[in-house]
Amino acid sequence: MTTTEDRTESGSAESSERVRRRGEDSAVLRMSEAEVAQLALDAPEVALATNTEERTIMNMGPSHPSTHGVLRLVLELEGEIVKRSKPVVGYLHTGMEKTAEELTYMQGSTNVTRMDYASPLFSELAFSLTVEKLLEVEVPERATWIRMMMCELNRMSSHLLFMATNGMDLGAVSMMIYGWREREEVLRFFEMVTGLRMNHNYIRPGGVAADLPDGWEKEVERLLAMIPPRLEEYDVLMTGQPIWRERLQGVGVLNSEEALALSATGPILRSTGYAWDLRRDEPYLAYDQVDFDVVVGTYGDCFDRYAIRLNEIRESMRIVQQCLDMMPKGDYRVQDKKVTPPPRARIDESMEALIHHFKIFTEGFKVPEGDAYVAVESPRGELGCYIVSDGGPKPYRMHIRGPSFINLQTMPHLMYDGLIADGVAVISSVDPIMGEVDR
Amino acid sequence: MAEEETPAEAEETEEEAADAGPDVPTAYGVPVTESRGQQTLHPSAEELHATVEALQAEGYDQLMDVIGVDYLTHGARELPVEPQRFEVVYLLLNHAKRERMTVRVQCSEDEPTVPTLFDHFPGAETPEREAYDMLGITFEGHPDLCRILMPEDWVGHPLRKDYAVGSIPVQFKGAPARR
Repeated sequence: MTTTEDRTESGSAESSERVRRRGEDSAVLRMSEAEVAQLALDAPEVALATNTEERTIMNMGPSHPSTHGVLRLVLELEGEIVKRSKPVVGYLHTGMEKTAEELTYMQGSTNVTRMDYASPLFSELAFSLTVEKLLEVEVPERATWIRMMMCELNRMSSHLLFMATNGMDLGAVSMMIYGWREREEVLRFFEMVTGLRMNHNYIRPGGVAADLPDGWEKEVERLLAMIPPRLEEYDVLMTGQPIWRERLQGVGVLNSEEALALSATGPILRSTGYAWDLRRDEPYLAYDQVDFDVVVGTYGDCFDRYAIRLNEIRESMRIVQQCLDMMPKGDYRVQDKKVTPPPRARIDESMEALIHHFKIFTEGFKVPEGDAYVAVESPRGELGCYIVSDGGPKPYRMHIRGPSFINLQTMPHLMYDGLIADGVAVISSVDPIMGEVDR
Repeated sequence: MAEEETPAEAEETEEEAADAGPDVPTAYGVPVTESRGQQTLHPSAEELHATVEALQAEGYDQLMDVIGVDYLTHGARELPVEPQRFEVVYLLLNHAKRERMTVRVQCSEDEPTVPTLFDHFPGAETPEREAYDMLGITFEGHPDLCRILMPEDWVGHPLRKDYAVGSIPVQFKGAPARR
């Protein structure tokens, strides 16, 4: 820990200065795409009259290996130092919120699951909880626990993916293979339960799509036994490595006030030492019945964000273990005829069941008028769903608060006054999923 | 709102309530409703800043999201204020009390403008840009109000209800010409 002293120095004394700086020479580059394109046409290196020093505008992305898909960053550089920057998004925009207005509540979860493709179950969960809040239905206990277990497994797979990409972005290329390997093990379990590796459409309004298959306990136990030694390997490979620490410690520092002001949530907010986790602070599902710790950082730098995610995998495993031990018996979806289609066997023997089945899949179920917002703690922060219903079978307006989308705002502040190479570490540690950013 | 001295404030709030109507409950000087356990404030665009400042003083320290809604094809709505075509929904969070507050501001079809909350919450920047891009609601005083998800030269605002889902003509190579 050679850099400890440097890190403590950049504590509270500097924080007020940093907050003030946001006002004057803002970290965010306010420049339209057209202006950037014109500058690039005029001359490859352009001096901007903001400061006396010569500044260069450079585009990073949209297709750059470290920008996690299609994120484009317009950087204002002073030599190799990043001054102001601006994330440009929208390359993956497919109008999913508009699409949602054309889909019934039954079909809606197939749409939202494609937003955050690294943690699809959380989008489904937020959507389903919001619809259930509007419908005012109570989900059976077993469905709640299945949801909780699947979501925690998804948090593990999402954070394992982060371990892989974070390692790759920072030069620990073999880490990429290890991270994907472990993630694949979790996805294999998802395939067993939901039939799909990704985009499950498993959590639906009213419960889950199907009960857990036979032998799921054995599979979960296998996962829980397999992952911990692999995490120990990660510790050896990365956490304790001097190169790794040098690369991340003190890079991309944010403090709590800034994170709150910029609406940041999830590991970014927690890395600043601010303990806020919706699972603990606004318990949904059955999180108030399980035992787990909220992992917080101290310095708000890239290393803290890495360490938080690594330890959240361990906390998720604790929760999964408790789900395994405490999984209640009962129905996996609500037995409310309004929202639940009749079981397959009933359709063969009852005309009414057939009509009911037909109606629910063609027209959908009607949801009472009103609006509701429900937020869940996704691996990236607060994932919220806001639905306005006009009493019909389709949402009048559906909006997803994507944590990646909002967290992207912190990026210019994290990158300010750092090297371009550190910018890569910052992008990686914010961990944006562009499918959710652009929707 | 805090023009009067402290003891007079309570009376003033009551007076304001009387102004708004005999049976409209108020909080922070603006009409308040409750739906599904969530308190919702309904200030006008002019009252928005004062309301948000009052909420900030109360401990609502994070703005979670800004959502635009187009109520063009929605049926009649029951609101303590006059319903308009567009609505901006602000979701605020109080960490200390672990409470949420929804603020819904109506804005008219002719001039869909609300003041920006950027000065109060810098985190309002991106979601406000999204609401502008998707619904054409302008946020007065926003430092960089431009499109965020759609291309910069796009015409129209896709999430408006009068914006057709429609189709884009696709040209296929070697396809026979029309006619």
